[in-house]
Amino acid sequence: MAFNYDEYLRLEKMPTLWCWGCGDGVILKAFIRAVDKLGWSKDDVCVVSGIGCSGRFSSYVDFNTVHTTHGRTVAFATGIKLANPDKHVICVAGDGDGLAIGGNHTIHGCRRNIDMTLIIIQNFIYGLTNSQTSPTTPQGMWTVSQKAGNIDPTFDGCELAIAAGASFVGRENVTAPKKLEKLLLQAMEHKGFSYVEAMSNCHINLGRKNKMQSAMENLDWIDSITIPKKKYDQLSPEEQLNLLPTGILKQDTEAAEYCDLYKEVQKVHQGLRGPITQDDFKKKI
Amino acid sequence: MSATREIISSGNDLAAIAAVDAGCMFFGGYPITPSSEVMHTISDLLPKVGGTAIQMEDEIAGVAAAIGAGMAGVRTLTATSGPGISLKAENLGLAQMAEVPLVVVNVMRGGPSTGLPTRVSQGDIAQAKNPSHGDYKSITVCAGTLAECYTETVRAFNLADRFMQPVFVLLDETLGHMHGKAVIPTAEEVKAGIKPRKKFEGDPSEYRPYDVPQDQPAVLNPMFTGYRYHFTGLHHDAMGFPTEEIETCRKLIDRLFRKVDEHRDEIESNEEYMLDDAEILLVGYGSASLAIKEAVNVLREQGIKAGLFRPITIWPSPEERLFELGQKFDKVLVVELNQGQYLEEVQRCMGRRDIEKLTKTNGRPFSPADIIEKVKEL
Repeated sequence: MAFNYDEYLRLEKMPTLWCWGCGDGVILKAFIRAVDKLGWSKDDVCVVSGIGCSGRFSSYVDFNTVHTTHGRTVAFATGIKLANPDKHVICVAGDGDGLAIGGNHTIHGCRRNIDMTLIIIQNFIYGLTNSQTSPTTPQGMWTVSQKAGNIDPTFDGCELAIAAGASFVGRENVTAPKKLEKLLLQAMEHKGFSYVEAMSNCHINLGRKNKMQSAMENLDWIDSITIPKKKYDQLSPEEQLNLLPTGILKQDTEAAEYCDLYKEVQKVHQGLRGPITQDDFKKKI
Repeated sequence: MSATREIISSGNDLAAIAAVDAGCMFFGGYPITPSSEVMHTISDLLPKVGGTAIQMEDEIAGVAAAIGAGMAGVRTLTATSGPGISLKAENLGLAQMAEVPLVVVNVMRGGPSTGLPTRVSQGDIAQAKNPSHGDYKSITVCAGTLAECYTETVRAFNLADRFMQPVFVLLDETLGHMHGKAVIPTAEEVKAGIKPRKKFEGDPSEYRPYDVPQDQPAVLNPMFTGYRYHFTGLHHDAMGFPTEEIETCRKLIDRLFRKVDEHRDEIESNEEYMLDDAEILLVGYGSASLAIKEAVNVLREQGIKAGLFRPITIWPSPEERLFELGQKFDKVLVVELNQGQYLEEVQRCMGRRDIEKLTKTNGRPFSPADIIEKVKEL
């Protein structure tokens, strides 16, 4: 029997404002299927988003939902989660939203390893505002703010998340919806901060001026620059240079989660244990 | 309130203690002089009662986390100083728009910019009225004594839940760092007086959080309780979903004004000191009022009948009372630690331009002698 998405969608909000052929809908569907597999009650889930095309994600799903200011998704979500440590908090942000204006909050969400999932919808461009350069726009591509060609170096959000301390980091393409669904499922099951980069197309605002005018051309390009981590690891640094690995890139099930750590703070102040010292941590610096 | 206790403390500590007594369960903040002690103290107090205090990565995140907790349904606080408010402004606008209650303590220091971090000022009066872009009606209270650092913080939490929006508590460096005796209500008194936010108790299918009378705030049930709706900073409909529908947009902003404007009597609070037989009216607030009261006492000993009008609620301002006083007194002097931010409001409310001012922006408090000298010149 075909999967019924209706139970999780706010049908009166359909169709979405996303363009024809946009990959964001694939991410939405993969997310819904993953939540369904987890068996979470809709009342126990909060989806928080920022500004941009990804910002509308939260309004389409029938959970407790929050559309915040530009870039601040993880910061708002941190308050929601700490006030409700036993509930499920999912953040959705774009590459501009989560890695440029909101980069600081992404870093510190990862560092705290607070139990939430951040889905970065990575389409290499500011789509909603019409083609400005994002931190992930490949160098040399045309953008409306750099018509001579983008000179700004790019950075890899997954490597950032790994370095900042996220205990689960993964990347997948919208061209592989089943894999994406599985990755999202694993990320949401994981206890700690999970960072998932969902590679999506924006043929309208990235592709149009960069020789990928159709969704298919844009998606083919994403496929051409991504490779499963296992294969990626076997390549020479030269061969890796313009490729991004997919799949689970980091999973640390030992790392202490922030809400759990805060419970220890509460115990200290309630006289239920002595002060927290360096001996409580394996890695302290 | 009848049952009281005496406590030796500072203004910043009293604000933190008040928050916890008022049922606050979350604090999000960032270090900044001269307000940091609020965070230091509340980070000891909240975990004791099962709450959470978190130092976030920046001022923006501090208020965002606090608003997040408010969206989730708990009483929530952030504390900062002027530069922090500047950074928090956009998110405060979201809280105004989405009608999320929270209390924001601003311990004022000299500005603009980094200004005088360890010196007193009352320079954020105008900022408190409209910290963020767009149209909305702020509620701002201003403590004038150590005890009020406590009682006004408590009142701010009840106002935030009543009107479903951020409420500013203005302290300043003098009050925040002043140590002394305060006579304040007992924690039990405060707890008994807590007025929690309104909740919808009916069937979730009939719940429409933003579909309320034009003079009332949204009714936002806590998250995770079976009432699923949407928060957004966009113009929104009855369920919180973005809309550009003309009448819905008009009504939303109209309501954000009217919910405050039409209930000023629940918000307004003033002190009138030696006003009944006074011939000269002084207007002042916050820590400056301590020096003004002393000046009034000395002036009266010298035969000059001065009196003080002190707004405790700064925004919305006591329009009618100020108008009446403007009719009654020939000589009016506004005393404030800025270049005349509240003076403009007094001029507007009194409908007069011939109002004297005594201002100071060098980071030092007024001495009663400054005020006495000025009054004698009038």
